[in-house]
Amino acid sequence: MTQLAVRDAPLLNVDNLVVEYGLGNKVVHAVSGVSLHVARRETLGLVGESGCGKSTLGRAVLQLRRAKSGRVLFDGEDLTAMEGEALRKMRRRVQLIFQDPIASLNPRRRIGDIVAEPLIIAGVKDAAERKRRVIEVLAAVGLDPDLVAGRLPHEFSGGQCQRICIARALVLNPEFVVCDEPVSALDVSIRAQILNLLEEMKARFGLTLLFIAHDLAVVKAVSDRVAVMYLGRLCEVAPSEQLFARPAHPYTALLLQAIPVPDPDVRPPESVAIGEPPSPIAPPSGCRFRTRCPRADQQCSAEIPELREVAPGQLAACHHPLA
Amino acid sequence: MSPPLLTIEDVAVELPTPRGDLRAVDHVDLSLEPGRTLGIVGESGCGKTMLSRAILQLLPKKAKLSGRVMFDGRDLVRLAPESLRRLRARDLAVVFQDPMTSLNPVLTIGTQLMETIQEHLELDVPAARKRSIELLAAVGIPAPEQRLAQYPHQCSGGMRQRIAIAIALSCEPKLLIADEPTTALDVTIQAQILDLLAREQRRRHMAMIIITHDLGVVAGRADEVAVMYAGRVVERAPTQALFKRMHMPYTEALLAAIPKLETAPHTPLPAISGRPPDPTRPLKGCSFAPRCRYAAGRCHAAKPELKSAEISGHLYACFHPIQMAEGMSA
Repeated sequence: MTQLAVRDAPLLNVDNLVVEYGLGNKVVHAVSGVSLHVARRETLGLVGESGCGKSTLGRAVLQLRRAKSGRVLFDGEDLTAMEGEALRKMRRRVQLIFQDPIASLNPRRRIGDIVAEPLIIAGVKDAAERKRRVIEVLAAVGLDPDLVAGRLPHEFSGGQCQRICIARALVLNPEFVVCDEPVSALDVSIRAQILNLLEEMKARFGLTLLFIAHDLAVVKAVSDRVAVMYLGRLCEVAPSEQLFARPAHPYTALLLQAIPVPDPDVRPPESVAIGEPPSPIAPPSGCRFRTRCPRADQQCSAEIPELREVAPGQLAACHHPLA
Repeated sequence: MSPPLLTIEDVAVELPTPRGDLRAVDHVDLSLEPGRTLGIVGESGCGKTMLSRAILQLLPKKAKLSGRVMFDGRDLVRLAPESLRRLRARDLAVVFQDPMTSLNPVLTIGTQLMETIQEHLELDVPAARKRSIELLAAVGIPAPEQRLAQYPHQCSGGMRQRIAIAIALSCEPKLLIADEPTTALDVTIQAQILDLLAREQRRRHMAMIIITHDLGVVAGRADEVAVMYAGRVVERAPTQALFKRMHMPYTEALLAAIPKLETAPHTPLPAISGRPPDPTRPLKGCSFAPRCRYAAGRCHAAKPELKSAEISGHLYACFHPIQMAEGMSA
């Protein structure tokens, strides 16, 4: 392989990943055969409703939850086969930002120590060097290091705590960051600040992002491509503009219709969704969306639809995609 | 126009904290006619939930409430506890954000529904049971008879919220207060619940207050919107007028900060800098002034009062209102 081909290869390649949880004597089919890739310096948005497996997928990518089968290739290396020290080394390159910024900071530790901890774990022994990097990253996320480093998490608002979490995730100069609902716990006015900050950090540090959220408008604001997930499977993957302008999967179309629009002239559509999502313990046969889909027929209950290209760059897993 | 069902006059709520009194609601006036929907919009800590608790007389024990809450001709602030109890659930109902915590986890759905119906409508058990089944069917619950014997944990979040709505509607209330009724729910379920509330409201000619942080939720569903910031109503208008021509810079900034589906990816959002003021340290001037791009000298020195715009019913509290005349913006 030439040097160029290596550089163009996706940074992350998820291949037929299956993750299951035991629940008593039952099995929760959280992720059932998901394949996707994220190119270098790309943001892939991952949307879906609660329980669709999007967070589990994010965690399985980072090996915080081990997959039952399938592979996660990061920069060509299979993370699912790694253990111990090798995995720990790899984790310096991949980081995670959680939904609840306040709960993900230890309330008894000072901000400076919280942000320095990844450096200690990574073996940066020089205290002056650690301090320099903490100051640099705190300033980068818009906090004054002199004012915040000595304080405790309870002295900060939710938005500021999320800035601290971002600083902690970035202090090791990772290449890849999984953002799991990073703004859904924040107020509208703060949400915009954090989304702008993530975009700025992505450009400044050359990051590749997997951005998980349930809010389609938030996902569109930051993503180059978007993957839509339903009950453990991908429904559709497409470049952002294309997905929102011409959804191919009926579930994507339904999600788009259900969003309340802040414009009184846009009448809210009456009852766009049929029923509720089925349980991931006993997912429907064939297409998992068929029980709520207006286009479902015999074929949908008999055959699992494969993700296939319906338009250039646009993949959909549907027997009857929208034109 | 019919006389208002609910009139809130000069309501203020103060909560004692170790750092001094926190003014959660700062002299609010509102009114609502029968059959109409009022949306109260604001970010967390703006006082919208405390205001709803003041209407329901469900404030924390230590809270200090002043002003008048006139409901159906009676001042709720001065009503005896027993009369208040009879009024709540019967004429004045509420649906909370989290249906898991508002339902009792150790009682069946049937017990919880029938308890309310028997208590307030004085029906016997078979009649109350029949009515419970009708109510569950009306809020879109399949196989309502079987649901009566189930416990809340056996239902999904959307189902639980439907049950909470059924309980709230069980005594044909005149006013329903829905406090972030869909915030805990998924977007496809949110649309169903909002449709359900709108349908039942029309059918029952009930007044409704929807409290939310999401301007999108009120845009299509409220007749009138009140925007709250730091304990005060800073703008209030018929929904169409508010979205067409808002006068308060905070309303404009709040709407602008929401990511829009029609915007191209990677477009920087017009974020509001800073954060809301500390409610235990009230500002002398306009509470939004430190974050406002139009703020000038007077904004930091005096509090702007709510005053009328050119459209009747449109009020705003700002010294430098925007979009005041056609084609002009301050």
